[in-house]
Amino acid sequence: MLWLERHVPKLVLAPSFVAVLIFVYGFIGWTAWVSFTRSRLMPNYDIVGPIQYERLFASPRWDTAMNNLFIFGVLFIVTSMVLGLMLAIFLDQKIRTEGVLRTIYLYPMALSLIVTGTAWKWILNPGLGFESVVRGWGFETFTFDWLINPDMAIYTVVIAGVWQASGFVMALFLAGLRSVDEEIIKAAQVDGIPTHRIYSAIIIPSMAPIFLSAFIVLAHLAIKSFDLVIALTGGGPGYATDLPATYMYAMAFSRGDIGQAASSAMVMMGVVFAIVVPYLYSELRAKND
Amino acid sequence: MAPILDVQGLFKNYGTTEILKDINVSIDKGDFLVLVGPSGCGKSTLLNCIAGLEPISGGAIRIGDQDMTHVSPKDRNIAMVFQSYALYPTMTVAKNITFGMQVRGVDKATQATKLAEVAKQLQIEALLQRRPGQLSGGQRQRVAMGRALVRDPQLFLFDEPLSNLDAKLRVEMRTEIKRLHQDLGASMVYVTHDQIEAMTLATKIVVMKGGVIQQVGTPAEIYNRPANTFVADFMGSPAMNLIPARTSAAATGARIEIARAGATPLILHDPRATGLPADILLGLRPEDITEDGTRQGDLVQPGECLVDVVEPAGADTYVVSQLGGRRVTARLGADTRARPGKPLAFSFDLTKVSYFAPQTGERLN
Amino acid sequence: MTDISARTRANQQSPTARIALRWGLYAILFIFALYYLMPLFVMLTTSLKSLEEIRTGSLVALPRSVTFEAWATAWSGACTGIKCEGLQPYFWNSVLLAVPAVLISTLIGAMNGYVIAQWRFKGANLIFSLMLFGCFIPFQVVLLPMARTLGFLNIAGTIPGLIFVHVIYGIGFTTLFFRNYYVTIPSDLVKAAKIDGAGFFRIFWSIFLPLSLPIVVVTVIWQFTQIWNDFLFGVSFSQAGTQPITVALNNIVNSTTGVKEYNVDMAAAIIAALPTLFVYVVAGKYFIRGLTAGSVKG
Repeated sequence: MLWLERHVPKLVLAPSFVAVLIFVYGFIGWTAWVSFTRSRLMPNYDIVGPIQYERLFASPRWDTAMNNLFIFGVLFIVTSMVLGLMLAIFLDQKIRTEGVLRTIYLYPMALSLIVTGTAWKWILNPGLGFESVVRGWGFETFTFDWLINPDMAIYTVVIAGVWQASGFVMALFLAGLRSVDEEIIKAAQVDGIPTHRIYSAIIIPSMAPIFLSAFIVLAHLAIKSFDLVIALTGGGPGYATDLPATYMYAMAFSRGDIGQAASSAMVMMGVVFAIVVPYLYSELRAKND
Repeated sequence: MAPILDVQGLFKNYGTTEILKDINVSIDKGDFLVLVGPSGCGKSTLLNCIAGLEPISGGAIRIGDQDMTHVSPKDRNIAMVFQSYALYPTMTVAKNITFGMQVRGVDKATQATKLAEVAKQLQIEALLQRRPGQLSGGQRQRVAMGRALVRDPQLFLFDEPLSNLDAKLRVEMRTEIKRLHQDLGASMVYVTHDQIEAMTLATKIVVMKGGVIQQVGTPAEIYNRPANTFVADFMGSPAMNLIPARTSAAATGARIEIARAGATPLILHDPRATGLPADILLGLRPEDITEDGTRQGDLVQPGECLVDVVEPAGADTYVVSQLGGRRVTARLGADTRARPGKPLAFSFDLTKVSYFAPQTGERLN
Repeated sequence: MTDISARTRANQQSPTARIALRWGLYAILFIFALYYLMPLFVMLTTSLKSLEEIRTGSLVALPRSVTFEAWATAWSGACTGIKCEGLQPYFWNSVLLAVPAVLISTLIGAMNGYVIAQWRFKGANLIFSLMLFGCFIPFQVVLLPMARTLGFLNIAGTIPGLIFVHVIYGIGFTTLFFRNYYVTIPSDLVKAAKIDGAGFFRIFWSIFLPLSLPIVVVTVIWQFTQIWNDFLFGVSFSQAGTQPITVALNNIVNSTTGVKEYNVDMAAAIIAALPTLFVYVVAGKYFIRGLTAGSVKG
């Protein structure tokens, strides 16, 4: 009885622990293993070395996907952060309608990326969308065909992504602005420091952890981005807007190339690792101290 | 009669850190045991071990003549009051008090009778339908005590129950606990870091430091005959003066020489002291250093010192001067003539003097 | 941070400049509000127009004549590939999928959080870290083995299979939420209850669960939004007939057969978004708390 009493907590946690071990770590292990085999339609467990990675890095489509990830990631993160910070600072000026505005800025985060993609696909469509609106205003020669232009299509993904996530970044920053110690600000005011300097020299530097969190969340969203591309461009035109996530999916479920799917997933994993692990590590260490 | 609580050779480790080392304590029925010490001394851990909330690494715990070492808390026939009160936030006061009985399947009628009894005793009848969030600190404290009382256990455990109250309420509740102890004749173990609480409540005090018991004794023993400089310093406020001194044998007893800033050494003579080493720490409570002429006796000896600071405290005035290179506090009457920067004639009453070895801090007499 | 405007006032600007600045500020904020609202507005108006009007009118114009035909089609007639029964069956698929998955993962998260925060044992922190990391992996890395496992368990392409997947990968976040909530509760509460004679489950049921309403709401909303909006698991692990609504929506929008019915697409998109939008409007406070807790505290 006493034994049971003492071990009940462990027994309760055990199934989840086992599940995480198998379905997270075990599965990562499986994918890693398979990424070193010749697996095609069916998995094959004979390790032959990094041939899948060699194929991957030789593939122009993967090259495009990684380039797109870089373009999309950088623009998406930077724009969302700038926009979010700006809106947060503006909203922090005792705006009377703050509650309503905040609700409006943030609602896209409640939507499925498929919905977002569908909406923007319609808005950006060259025939009847935004282009024709501007033409209707009298700019007859205005063209906006990014959605079907292989060189520009990736930027439409950025537009839709920023629309979805920037309100959320705003909410993070606003919470950060509000948590700055009021006494420090009062002290600065008493010293006669102008408002914009209070922001640039005192408040924003003290929000470094929030910048880090926002960065992590956005980077994470960018790497996992899949739904948005599928709904907005379907990875097209051609594979101009492929991201690693769509590449992996295509290999796994339409091309039947398990080896490529596994190796591309592992590369994605590596990118996430590089960003998230240092962050998690510092967070957990700070908590345990 | 067997002791109601008997802790034998108790050890407690976290990993390789020893939290409690060879703890031996026992109390009889009706005793009020206070565990006192600075934070981190292991007193709360010891209490948790007695309660069974923390497993122990070695030794044995007997409660009411039964080996409870490996018995779960609920079967130890104990009740406990916590520092944070630990009232169940979503339950009413009445439910808080009866929850234990409910869990144990006591019938509703008995629950109601006992609840009414305890509520009357603690004067919380009016609060029974409120929730903890709606109560003041003092009221919560009473409810927490009610939850313990209703169990009618062999042993009450208190974990710093008054430290979250303001100063005035703390004194009130202290008196209340003392009266409760007298009325019930219950056996209690009480943890505190406040030496005044320890002195006022205890029939027996255990002073702890670094997981080791420093001294066990009645409040008077602890106060008058501290076992080492740690106890001497920790118990009593202001603390006992520990003055470096040199001794030499005299015709009877010992001659004690204390350095005095800017003057010849102060010489005291203790006819009872024998066999002291050359270097000692002389321990004198502030109330044993008085203004010359206010106290008589064989062991009262005069000496003049320069006064540094005068701190009036209402009934008493504390006067700080320097002896043996240390600050020495004397407790004088409110009408003292002491003035800062001026010399004053003191009396040193050696009746209750303590001598300690400077290196080990152990008591010598 | 409450006094920035008072501060501005204290600075040396003239009253007119100050008023102009204030108006400028409101104008910018208002324009951004329009930017965020525009897609929703366009979706809504488009869904209420006839195809004819869409072809001839402007994207941002209000409908000349309001028709709910597109909504009816989207709900019960639009084609997802070969079948043409609208979103309706898939909407119910998503409900059947989300409700149990949310409830199960929340319950497991609550128990796990309770253990990790209040019944600490050696290794509990390591287990928590391992679970937490599971929240951050790109799910692509588990897609292949999970597809095989679902086949092995004979639940491939079924709703129970999807529930299983969502529960497994939801545990990390639900545990995190509850753990962070329960660590703020003093451990004396468990000690007091132990001495009162209550056991592990009794303490959870009588003391912790009644305390947990706010975090339960946050977790349920978070999980519901995640699962309802999920596309990757849905598209990978479902088959015709068991697909969740996001997959069906994508199929409707990207079906290549016949005339492109933008009004139907938009109506379908709104239908797919309605449940989570509704939650957001009704319980926005908890939604935001979940978002920030899920990201900041990670």
